[in-house]
Order: sequence, then C-alpha cells, then structure tokens
Amino acid sequence: MEVIDLAWWKLALAAVLLLLLALCSHLSRLGITRSLLIAGTRTAVQLFLIGLILEALFAAADLVWIVLMAFVMLLVAGREVMARQERRLSGGWAFGIGTGAMFLSSFTVTILTLTVVIGPQPWYSPQYAIPLLGMMLGNTMTGVALSLDRLTESVWRQRAVIENRLMMGQTWREAVGDIRRDAMRGGMIPSINAMAAAGIVSLPGMMTGQILAGSPPAVAVKYQILVMFTITVGTGFGALMAVSVGSRRLFDTRERLRLDRLV
Amino acid sequence: MRPDHTLRLENVTIGELEQVSLTIASAEVVCLSGISGSGKSRLLRAVADLEDHGGRVFLGDIEQSQIAAHEWRRRVMLVPSESQWWSERVGDHFPDKAEVSGLSELGFDRQVMAWSVSRLSSGEKQRLALLRALAAAPQALLLDEPTANLDPETTETVERWLGSEIRERNMPVIWVAHDAGQIRRLADRAFYLNGHVLEAR
Repeated sequence: MEVIDLAWWKLALAAVLLLLLALCSHLSRLGITRSLLIAGTRTAVQLFLIGLILEALFAAADLVWIVLMAFVMLLVAGREVMARQERRLSGGWAFGIGTGAMFLSSFTVTILTLTVVIGPQPWYSPQYAIPLLGMMLGNTMTGVALSLDRLTESVWRQRAVIENRLMMGQTWREAVGDIRRDAMRGGMIPSINAMAAAGIVSLPGMMTGQILAGSPPAVAVKYQILVMFTITVGTGFGALMAVSVGSRRLFDTRERLRLDRLV
Repeated sequence: MRPDHTLRLENVTIGELEQVSLTIASAEVVCLSGISGSGKSRLLRAVADLEDHGGRVFLGDIEQSQIAAHEWRRRVMLVPSESQWWSERVGDHFPDKAEVSGLSELGFDRQVMAWSVSRLSSGEKQRLALLRALAAAPQALLLDEPTANLDPETTETVERWLGSEIRERNMPVIWVAHDAGQIRRLADRAFYLNGHVLEAR
C-alpha cells in the first residue's frame, strides 16, 4: 500500500479549523483562547523540529548521535517528572530519583525489545529505537510522576498517622506501607486501564497512525500489543523503583519521618 | 529481682530546650507542665527518638542509639495527645495476639475490637489509645495530656487504672498534665517548663 503524503494545504485546513475553535472560545469567553493558540503553535513548531532531527538521525544512523538524543529525551522527561510534583524531595533527589527510575526501566525495556523482540539491523536503527524509546519515556514519565506525587502528597497529609504508627513501634516500612502501595498503584493504573480499554473504547494512537500511514491492520495490531506490554512493564518497574527509593528518603537512619526533606 | 527500667535523660537538647537532665525511676511518675509552645511535646519526641536531638537517653543500661529505632519506641512508648486511627476497625490497631488488659476497667467490653473507628468519640479514642499502647508491653511511658478529652469522673477512673498498671509493670512515666489537681494526685515529682528551663515544683 502506498503512503499518501499529506499536502501542506490540507494541514493548513486543519489549522484553520483550530483557529475557528479559538475564535468561538474567545467569543464565548471561555478564557482558554490564549493557551489553545500557544499549545497549537508549540505542537507545530516542536513536531517540525523533531521531524528535522529525526530525518538527520535516520540518515546518519550513528550510535553516538542516537545515544545523545536518548539522553536529551531522558533529561527532559526527568525535569518534567520533577515539575509535576506539588511537594518534592529537595536537593536534587526529586530529579535524581525520577530520572534514575526512568533510565533503568525505559532503557532496559527498550533495548530488550529492540535486540530480542523486533531485531532490526543494526539493533539501534533509529526508525525503531527513537519512537520506541519516546513512547516508553512518555508513559514511564507519567507513571513515575503520578506515583511520586501521590507518595509525597499522602505522606505530607498523613504525617500524624505515620508518626503515631512509629510511636507504636512500627518500622518505617510498616508505617508507610499503605501509602507506598497506594502510590505504586496510582502510577500503574493509567497503563492498566489503557490495556483494558484498548481497541474497544478507542483505537490506540500509535496503531491509528500506523494504519493511516499505510500499514496493514494486522501488523499494526501486533506492534500495538508489543508497545502496550512494554509500556506497562516500563511504567510499572519505574514506579516501583521511584516509590521505593523516594519513601526510603523520607525517613532517616533512626526511622524518623523527615518532612524537612520536602520542598 | 525486677529488671531496671530507669529512664535517664542526659543533657537532652531539642529546639529551644537545652541540656535537660532528668532521671525517672521505675514506677515513678514525673509530671511536666508549662505554657503551650514551651517544648513539652518536643521533649517527649526527643525521648522517643522521633526527632533529631542532642544529648543521650538511657532505659536501664541500654542507650537509645544502641538498638533499632522501632524497638526503642516500642519500649519507650509515646502516647500523643491526638491519637490517630488509620485502619477500619479498632482491633486492627492493636498488636497481633496481644493480651489486652484493662478493657472493662475503662468501660469497654471485647466487642469494642470490632467497632468501626469512625464511630469513636474523642474520649473513647483517648482511652483506647492508652489501651493499645499498653498492649504493646512497653517498659516506659511518655503521656501527652492523656486525659484532655475526658470528663472529671472518667479522668479519675483512667488515673486509677494507669496508676496501678504503672506500679505493676514497673514503668517510669513522664506525664504532661496541666490540671493542678491531677498533678497533685499523680506526681511523685513535678516540673514546670519555664522559658526553656526545667523548674522543680
């Protein structure tokens, strides 16, 4: 099947529709016109830029550049995880824990998928490596940010309960156990829900894109299943690691609750 | 011979409080009073090792830093003025397979273990917090206004019951109290926290 390239004027048509929406929301004073226009512009600019970078990267197919690109993506995701937490660990811990957890889970799962499951030649072929890593990081980021945010917020709100449990002679692990479980669940539920609803409520974005671009649905479906499994695995391990290290950091060696380590 | 459970504070420093030294013998009740913000609760937190502090604390010949923090806190049990209940049923908050004594003395029967914590009044919470603390078999007690939410009659019941438990279990006790009558009834010695200094009364 041929890939139908999108003509520029058709893209412009979609932009006009977006402007029309902006006009309507302005007239009905919804107060979101500005953010709508800014977000629309950002989408266009950011995606064009990444398109240029990917074209260059695909042409070069050099491992060094791909690794560099991967680390830039990781650092941006780490910053995003930190920014999404209302209360976060101070002194670089919020960034370090989020980035470390994403690095270990996303990179491991992506490399495993590339080398063992998909097996392109060479294994780091950018057409496969970059989109796969991007999807892994994007989802792991959401999971890690959600679970860390839930952890720090719950510990903050339930500090009296945690301390009372410590007074009763519980270990820090027992005293914060419910909160840890809850935080890990909070990070994993979006990917579990996405798996449960896949194909029934909506066609997943990647699969839709692949079909629109001309792939046979049967192939698109296989890739989609692969991606959803790997995303869930990456997100789950990422959230587990982040919550384990993060909750340990909230107590000191004498098992005291250290809320002064949150900002 | 009974084990030595003397509670000894040596130059304990926390927040504005400096160099507090105090020795409480087994079965001795030391009452502590002082205006709010004078650091009574923080002193108890230092003794329970819930906050970073200076100085040393001993229970018998064991120093605080020698044993795991959770084991220290089980032995030197702090009962806060506002007890917390994190699980659904009252019984979930008691140590597993613990012998709960004193239920009838404080006006409960065994059914209370199945109660939902949401129906507890503040006075019931306060009495149950004492019961669950003693069910963990502590060797010293730190009580932060344990009768603040109780009517005078119940207060005296709790005092009588706690007094006999303290003697029977041979526990040293620091009891934060404000009521002059209560201090007179309970205290072997009484101290007043005045401008961050411990004054004998």
